[in-house]
Amino acid sequence: MLLIACPYCGPRPEIEFRCGGEAHLSRPAEPAALDDQAWAEYLFYRNNVRGVQAERWVHSHGCARWFNALRDTVSDSFLTTYLMGQPRPDPSSARN
Amino acid sequence: MRGLQRRGGVARHDAVAWGYARAADALGVDIIQNCEVTGIERRASGAVSGVETTRGRIGTSRVGVVAAGHTSVIMGRAGVRMPLESFPLQALVSEPVKPVFPCVLMSNAVHAYISQSDKGELVIGAGTDQYTSYSQQGGLHISAHTLEAICELFPQFSRMRMLRSWGGIVDVTPDRSPIIGKTPIPGLFVNCGWGTGGFKATPGSGHVFAWTMAKGEPHPINAPFTLDRFRTGRLIDEAAAAAVAH
Repeated sequence: MLLIACPYCGPRPEIEFRCGGEAHLSRPAEPAALDDQAWAEYLFYRNNVRGVQAERWVHSHGCARWFNALRDTVSDSFLTTYLMGQPRPDPSSARN
Repeated sequence: MRGLQRRGGVARHDAVAWGYARAADALGVDIIQNCEVTGIERRASGAVSGVETTRGRIGTSRVGVVAAGHTSVIMGRAGVRMPLESFPLQALVSEPVKPVFPCVLMSNAVHAYISQSDKGELVIGAGTDQYTSYSQQGGLHISAHTLEAICELFPQFSRMRMLRSWGGIVDVTPDRSPIIGKTPIPGLFVNCGWGTGGFKATPGSGHVFAWTMAKGEPHPINAPFTLDRFRTGRLIDEAAAAAVAH
């Protein structure tokens, strides 16, 4: 089980959280302006990174707030967690 | 919901793999193990011209990618992004005991999956972790969840000791059905997205994939299972077909 540092509540066990998948996917401002492939890329296509991934988590059995995290998908270790709306940190400086 | 499938059975997965490998070898197929694909080479036209590996280059105009949980990684070598996410799926095996469990039991309601192998080991299937991972191990609470359900249903198994556990990486599509077919790159074909299932589909999957690669067009059976369905919106409405919670 992972130990996840909620930016609001501190380190808590994984079973208090839900993972929301890849982060920094923004809904296109004008969906009607996209062709079908671009819309499919937004809905369904994912980087599915083997390495450092930015992803969303929600502390559903805690503060119920969403935040982002950088996690290495090979070791499962978290490099850092950060607030929604903040840019993706540089992985090399994020290790904690 | 419950059911008993009297004709149901198990196949020994190692023996199936060995059988296919021996038959393929007898037909002249070269099977090169411990050889990683490091690149997929393309012509100026965009079509595939070969693969680079840790043991050298193989020139070819057709490549079939069948890489299970690492499909996104391999397809990335050709610059193709996929509608896939990879998760660890855990299984564990107990010490061997005399025959005590002459069936396969699966419960979605409490998430239990158990059978007994010919060697006498209890074979237990647990679930996937909630996050994507290539760690080849899963969280302990995932297997504990299944073991609790099994011990609740069969208290006599509560004293069994587990010998080993592992996590295989499974690639999951948005509609939970596989992708078997062409890709945007001429000569590059993919058979992936089988998720937590796929073993029992091996013969059929291999047959229609070979057809697709030989003819450049899908067999009628795999025609709906295109990569393109995520663009057209014609998803496969069979998310529950495997009867396992993905």
